[in-house]
Amino acid sequence: MTAVAARPPRVRTPGPRTRGGGSSRLRDFAVRWGALLVLGLLWEVAARFFASPFFPPVSRILERFAELWFTSDPASFFLTERVVTDLLPSLGRLLGGWSIAVVAGVLLGVALGRSRTLAGYVEPIIHFARAIPPPALIPIFFILLGIGDEMKISLIAFAVVWAVLLNTIDGVRSVETLHLDTGRVFDFSRAKVFFGIVLPSASPKIFAGMRVSLSVALIIMVISEMAASSQGIGFNIIIAQRTYRLLDMWAGILLLGILGYVLNALLAAVENRVTRWHRGAREGVS
Amino acid sequence: MTDTATEQSRGDLLTIEGLGHVYEGRNRFEAIGRLDFTVPEGSFVSIVGPSGCGKTTMLRCLSGLMRPTRGTVRLHGDEVHGVPRDLAIVFQDYSRSLFPWRTVGGNVAFVLPRRSMSPEERRARIEESLDAVGLAGSADKYPWQLSGGMQQRVAIARALAYRPRIMLMDEPFASVDAQTRAELEDLMLSVRDRFDMTILFVTHDIDESVYLADRVLVLSKSPSTIVASIDVDLPRPRDQVATREDEDFVRLRSEIARMIRDQSTKRAPAAVPPAA
Amino acid sequence: MTSATTTAQAPPRRRRAPGSGRRLTVLHGAVGLVALFLVAELVSRAGLVNELYLPPASLVLLRVAELFVDPGFLAAIGATLQAWAIGLLVCVAVSVAIGVVLGSSRAAYSASRAVIEFLRPIPSVALIPLAILVLGNDTDMKVALIVFSASWPVLFNTIYGMHDVDPVAKLTAKSFGRGRISTLFSVSLPSAAPFIFTGIRIAASVALIVAVSAELLAGASEGLGRWMLDAGSTGNRADLVYAATIVAGLLGLVINGVLVLIERRFLSWQPALRDTAGSAR
Repeated sequence: MTAVAARPPRVRTPGPRTRGGGSSRLRDFAVRWGALLVLGLLWEVAARFFASPFFPPVSRILERFAELWFTSDPASFFLTERVVTDLLPSLGRLLGGWSIAVVAGVLLGVALGRSRTLAGYVEPIIHFARAIPPPALIPIFFILLGIGDEMKISLIAFAVVWAVLLNTIDGVRSVETLHLDTGRVFDFSRAKVFFGIVLPSASPKIFAGMRVSLSVALIIMVISEMAASSQGIGFNIIIAQRTYRLLDMWAGILLLGILGYVLNALLAAVENRVTRWHRGAREGVS
Repeated sequence: MTDTATEQSRGDLLTIEGLGHVYEGRNRFEAIGRLDFTVPEGSFVSIVGPSGCGKTTMLRCLSGLMRPTRGTVRLHGDEVHGVPRDLAIVFQDYSRSLFPWRTVGGNVAFVLPRRSMSPEERRARIEESLDAVGLAGSADKYPWQLSGGMQQRVAIARALAYRPRIMLMDEPFASVDAQTRAELEDLMLSVRDRFDMTILFVTHDIDESVYLADRVLVLSKSPSTIVASIDVDLPRPRDQVATREDEDFVRLRSEIARMIRDQSTKRAPAAVPPAA
Repeated sequence: MTSATTTAQAPPRRRRAPGSGRRLTVLHGAVGLVALFLVAELVSRAGLVNELYLPPASLVLLRVAELFVDPGFLAAIGATLQAWAIGLLVCVAVSVAIGVVLGSSRAAYSASRAVIEFLRPIPSVALIPLAILVLGNDTDMKVALIVFSASWPVLFNTIYGMHDVDPVAKLTAKSFGRGRISTLFSVSLPSAAPFIFTGIRIAASVALIVAVSAELLAGASEGLGRWMLDAGSTGNRADLVYAATIVAGLLGLVINGVLVLIERRFLSWQPALRDTAGSAR
C-alpha cells in the first residue's frame, strides 16, 4: 500500500473538521462569526440608508427581541411571561410531535427492516403518505381534530414519521451480513444481536432520519400555528404581520432561526457522541 | 526488438539530473535524496525499491505533475515544466482514474485532441487502442462493468491513444491478481514492440521488474538515491515460464532482492542533511 | 492481495431470482393498499367514526376521479405547479453556479460558511408573512420564497459533490494536458452530478411544501392550498378535502417518480444505482 501512503489524504466532508491544533479551530470560529458580524453591520447600514419599512435595522430588531422575551426580573429567570405563553407551548408541540414520530418510526422501522414480506405490504402506503406535502394535511387534520394542541402534535407526528421510518428501515437492512454472521458464529442471543449489532449499525442512518424530521417538524409547527392557532411563535409572527408590527415579526423570525440552530446543534452533538465510531471507520483508512 | 547498438544510437529520451524533493510542513520529509539517470529511447526501464522509497513522488516529479525542490528533468533535451505533451501516465488506481460516467470508448476518447481530428479518425484511433490491449468491441461498456484487469487495460489503451513518446507506469498491476498480472505484463511487452514505446515502469515486484525490463534501477529508502543500475540482457521475446527459469534471471532477481532487503533493514537517516 | 481501490464492490447478494422477487413485492404492496381501502371503508360505513369526519373510502375515490376533470381544481394545481417550476429552475441555476464556485475554492467556502449556517436554520415558512408583505399574494411571492428555501439543499449538495471529486480523476485530466476550466467541466461537474441531483430532488419537495404553505396563508392567492382551504370551509365537504389531499400525494409521487426516471437515464453510472436489487428508493 506504499502508493497510498504517499498520497495526501482526501477531505471527504465540507462540514466542520477539527484539523490538528486548537489555533485553526479558533481561527475557524473567528472567521465564521466575523463574517456574520460583517453581514449584520451591512444590514444595519443598508436599512438605515434605504429606510424600508419592511427591513428595519438590526439594532432595532435586537432591541425588540430583548423586550419581547427578556426582562430584568431574576425571579422569572430573566424571561418574560411571553416565554411561557408562547415559546413553551410551541416547543412542547414541536418536541412532542417529533418524539412520537421518532419512537414510532424507529420501532416500526426495525420491525419492517427485519421482515421483507411485511415491509412489502406497507411500503407503497408509506411512500404515498410521505409524498403528501405536509401543509396539504392541515385541512384534514383540522376537520378531524379541530385546532387544539392534539391536532398540531398529531399533524407533526404524522408528517415526519416517514423520514424516520424509511431511514430506519434502510439502516436495519444495510447491516453488514458479515456482522450478523459473526453474531451467529459466536452464538449471540437475539437481544444481543439487536442491541449490539443491528441498532448501532443502523444508528447513523437513524440519526439522519431524525435530523431531517426535526427540520420538517419545525416547519410544520410554524405553519400550523400560523394557519390555525391562538398562541405560539408562528401565531405571533403572522399576527404581527397582519397588524403591521414589523419589528415583532422580525423578532419572531429571529427567534425561530435561533431555535432551529440550537435544536440542530443539540441533536448533532448527541449524534456525534453516539456515532463517533462511524466517522472514524470511514475516514481512518484513506 | 532493439539490440544495444541501435539503442545507443537513438539517444536518451528522458534525462534526470540531481533530482531531489523535500516535503515541507509540520514534519519535514525528504522523499528523494538525489537521483541521476537516463532513459534511452525505445527502452523499457524498471524502477524497484523498498517500501517508502519515494517512488510515487519521483513519478510525480518526472511527469511534471509536481515541481521537485531540486534537480532537472529533461524530455528529449527540453526541460520539463508542467506535464509535457509527449508523456502519459498510467496510475495504479484504475478505478479512480477512469471516469465512471463515460463508457470505455468515451474514456479513451477523452485524451484525444478536441479539434484537429475527424470523427472517423477518432473512432479509428479508439478502436486501434482498444484492439492493442485486447479489448476490441468493448467501447460501449462502462468501466465498472469490466473486471479489474480489463479496467487497467482500458487505462493503458487510453494512454496509448494519446500517442505519447514515453509512458510512465506507477505500479499499474499491483491491484490485480497474479494471473491477470502475468497477462498484463506480456501485454506491455507487446505494446512496447508494436508502438516502439519508451516505458518507465515503477513496481515493488522484483520478478516483474526484471522480467519486463532492459534495465533495472534500484532505489534506496527515503531520502532515495539510486543504489544500482542493472542492465538486463535476457533474450527477447520474454516468456513467462522460460525466462523466469533462466539462470541469469534467477541470478539477477536474487541480486536485486538482496539489495532491497539490505535497504529495508537499514535505518532511515535521523536528521536531514543540509543541501549540498 | 491488498487493493487500494475505494470503490471495490462486493458481489451482490441475492437469495432469489430478481424477477420473481419484484413481482412478489408488487403483489404484496397491492394487497396492502386494498387492505387499507377496505379498513377505511368499513370503519366509515359502520359508523365507528362519524361520516362527517371520515367519509367512506369509495366516496373519496369517486371524488378523486371527479377532481381530475374539474376545471377549477385543475387550474389550482396549475397555479401551484407554475410557481413550483419557475422557483425550482431559478434556484437550481443559481445554487449550482454558486455551489460550483464555493466548492472549488476553499477560501470562498470558509468565508461564506457562517452566513450559510446562520441563514439555513431559519425555516423558510417563517418568512411567508414577510414575503406576503413585501411581494403581495401571487406567483412572484411564491417563486421568491421557493428560491430562498429550496436553494439550500442544492447548494449544500453541490458543494459536497465538488469536494468529493476524486483527486486521482483530476490528476488524470491534468496528466493528459487539461487545464483547470476544462477539468472543472469534464471531470468535477460530472463527478458531482449525482450529489447535485440528490439536492435537486430534495429541493423539489421543499419547493412544493413552501408553495402550498404560502397558498394556505395568503388570503387572495390561487393554488392547491387555497382550493383546499375553500373546500374545507364551505362546511361538510370532508370528502373533497380528503380527495384533494390524495391528489396532492399523487402529485408528490409523480414529481418524485419523474425525477427518479431522469436520474436513471442520465446518471445510471453512479455506484448507488449499479446494483438495482430492489432498493427502497
